[in-house]
Amino acid sequence: MSDANGRCGNPADLFDRRHGVSGSAGVLLPDGPQIDPLKITLDQPDDFDGWREAARELVMAGVPPMGVVWQVAGEDGELFGSEGAAPPSSGQPMFSVPKPFIDMAKAAICHSEPQRFALLYTLLWKLKANRRALEDRADPLVDRLEKLAKEVRRDAHKMHAFVRFREVAEDGTTRFVAFFEPDHHIVRREAGFFVRRFATMRWSILTPELSIHWDPASEILSEGPGANRSQAPDGDPLEDMWRTYYSSIFNPARLKVKAMLKEMPKKYWKNMPETALVAPLIAGARARELEMIERAQAAPRPGGNLEAAWAALREEAMHCTRCDLFRCGTQTVFGEGPLDPRIFFVGEQPGDQEDLAGRPFVGPAGQLFDAALEKAGIDRSTTYVTNAVKHFKFVLRGKKRIHARPDTAEIDACKWWQEQERALIRPPLTVALGATAARSLTGKTVTISKVRDAPLLLADGSECWVTVHPSFLLRIPEEDRRQEERARFVEDLQRIRARSEELAG
Amino acid sequence: MAQLDTREKLGILADAAKYDASCASSGTSKRNSVGGKGIGSTEGMGICHAYAPDGRCISLLKILLTNSCIFDCHYCINRKSSNVRRARFTAQEVVNLTLAFYKRNYIEGLFLSSGIIASSNYTMEQLVEVARSLREDHDFRGYIHLKTIPDADPELVQKAGLYADRVSINVELPTAPGLKRLAPEKSVGQIEGAMAGMKGAIEDGRDAKKKYKSAPSFAPAGQSTQMIVGADAATDSDIVAKASTLYDRFSLRRVYYSAFSPIPDASAVLPLQRPPLMREHRLYQSDWLMRFYGFKPDEVVSAAGDDGMLPLDIDPKLAWALKFREYFPVDVNKATKEQLLRVPGLGTKAVSRILSSRRFRTFTLDDVARLTVSVAKIRPFIVTSDWRPTLLTDKADLKRWIKPEKSQMELFAA
Repeated sequence: MSDANGRCGNPADLFDRRHGVSGSAGVLLPDGPQIDPLKITLDQPDDFDGWREAARELVMAGVPPMGVVWQVAGEDGELFGSEGAAPPSSGQPMFSVPKPFIDMAKAAICHSEPQRFALLYTLLWKLKANRRALEDRADPLVDRLEKLAKEVRRDAHKMHAFVRFREVAEDGTTRFVAFFEPDHHIVRREAGFFVRRFATMRWSILTPELSIHWDPASEILSEGPGANRSQAPDGDPLEDMWRTYYSSIFNPARLKVKAMLKEMPKKYWKNMPETALVAPLIAGARARELEMIERAQAAPRPGGNLEAAWAALREEAMHCTRCDLFRCGTQTVFGEGPLDPRIFFVGEQPGDQEDLAGRPFVGPAGQLFDAALEKAGIDRSTTYVTNAVKHFKFVLRGKKRIHARPDTAEIDACKWWQEQERALIRPPLTVALGATAARSLTGKTVTISKVRDAPLLLADGSECWVTVHPSFLLRIPEEDRRQEERARFVEDLQRIRARSEELAG
Repeated sequence: MAQLDTREKLGILADAAKYDASCASSGTSKRNSVGGKGIGSTEGMGICHAYAPDGRCISLLKILLTNSCIFDCHYCINRKSSNVRRARFTAQEVVNLTLAFYKRNYIEGLFLSSGIIASSNYTMEQLVEVARSLREDHDFRGYIHLKTIPDADPELVQKAGLYADRVSINVELPTAPGLKRLAPEKSVGQIEGAMAGMKGAIEDGRDAKKKYKSAPSFAPAGQSTQMIVGADAATDSDIVAKASTLYDRFSLRRVYYSAFSPIPDASAVLPLQRPPLMREHRLYQSDWLMRFYGFKPDEVVSAAGDDGMLPLDIDPKLAWALKFREYFPVDVNKATKEQLLRVPGLGTKAVSRILSSRRFRTFTLDDVARLTVSVAKIRPFIVTSDWRPTLLTDKADLKRWIKPEKSQMELFAA
């Protein structure tokens, strides 16, 4: 298929050759000199009927694709109009083509590609030999033409979408006028869409190639010469309203400029009133989003829903399957305490006793925690206590369930609950008890000794203090070191108490 | 307070509607305004008339009748306890705006939703009145999508279906506890009951149309729903399972997923994070796998990780293929349609082209390349007459091989 790319003669060679039609016209040797190519001139760049008529005659007369040159009246320096009569039919019976070919040809012929007529003729020639040639979508010629047709359909679709009418007063009535610049010769082809949609409106669509006008009273669609933008009206009072809509329906929290550009390429922008807003909307998006978040943080507490919302959150957590630990323990151990606490404590995970009781910090570590709180002068009933991981993780040793440390994936899976609890409660001060809690709150692995003396800043802007987990104190074997660490833990808690009093004012 | 003019109201009530994900204006009955008194047409395929910088299309005038609401749903900016600026359109204003925008070819029609004022029935009456006026007073033949109120009188909902092309009822959240927590005044039973009622009415309408040509068409574009993603604990697996039961039980046309997005004056219950846009995108992709690629819900779920979440860095079809490598390579020249549809990077169009071309040629890699967007992505999974992947699918680092380059958009994934 050396002719697949439309090797059907160089128009320059043919410019001054005029031909009568002869039965032997267009006999070519692929590599030899071109003899007598036949020139067919179509009336319009989208003249499907003219092409079909000529192509039919040519095929029946046995003129191969390389024997024909196609052109459009007035194009390629052609000033003399058309004389391209097709050869007389050979009298053979007409052969029929599959309907998909007609549909494709009707679209492809509107393409601005100069070779479209020749390509279509080549395919028609092929179809004569093999009626099913079109079904071979992997054939380069079929592929090329399908792509041309697709581009035309896309251009047509964009015309349906991006034509913007402006209302103008005219002889006591109104006319809607649009200016549009299609890539291909689609205006005649698409006029019907606008007639069907706006059947009762008087309208005009101006394009550089031609203008079309619809008169609803006579139901006549007429054609006029091409126009430029200055001939179109330059505004419509409703455009301000439309721009208000365009900027309000845009969600600044989800900027996706590439996705927008893919569907609304810039070449269409100049005739659309809303596109002037795109740049400022993008520029202001991040600021608007931050403002939304800031206002949200400063917002007053939600109505009487806090208790109900917390209860529902707890209920939701009871059925949590975010990680595999739900298979392990007896139940979800959710946080507890007042919903307006001075301090929000986050531990590691429930232990054996907590798992059975369904409450945090009730086992040996919990008792140590209570004692330390008392020494530091903190009333546990004014604090909220929860765990970073809400299911008990253990290994069975005989009948005993031995605590096993949760891994990072489990901490991160469970983080969601802790975040929801904090978002609901919005504690002024959060305390991470141990590395697991610190990981859950900050998303990073921290060394406790390094961060123990100063607060970290959490994403919501509140303070987080890190100290050890009470169960760490239970596991220190040497008596003197144990005493030392316990005292240090109480010191931490005292400092936290002082800070919470400061924050409370 | 000074009276708001229509433009100010439009600003407030369009802003309030921007969290509705649905924008479809396709799949309804074909009609046009030739021979009528009004305007409008629908030709099967919806048209996106503009795109906002958030990448979403603008096809319909999507607004609320009012953003006042007697409910207090935490995820909703219009909830009772929010101190957002309130506005209310009259039915006439909405009708006028719709017609004026339509005449300038800005839109395909109207998507009307509303906060609940006075009572569910009163609100529903107002929504129906807008649609009635457009259809009866103005002979409007464009697209109308009405959001119905779950506990409104079934007779009113029935009327909505007579005027609208599509009706929708939002399930809001994928889990019942999530709904309870975030929308305390709504219930799963009530929402799904309304969906079931709508399904029945749509089926009755279709039956009547079969029997009598003159029967009015009832919601010809069917019903759809929307759920919020990322505001409750549901995993992608939970969401996929929920969506598939909704499709099955209520014959929904579409399930929309709306990444929870931070809203001004948000309720304290909500996380203040950037929305997981990529997660939403992956859910839509998994939805496509079920609707067009013959994947069963449990197969999509199996593409998710142990945590029940679909990978964010690769699409779910590729994730599935990487997990079930024994299925590949697939021979392009011999495979069934079902097998070809499983190949990552082969879309439904490419598959149908391959099937129709296969009768005429033996496929080479170049032939495949001509019919697809990127043959590089597909290559490890297929066999052609001149290509056989040398155990590529066994390569441990295959994912790194074909994973798309990080793009700008991924910055926003969460």
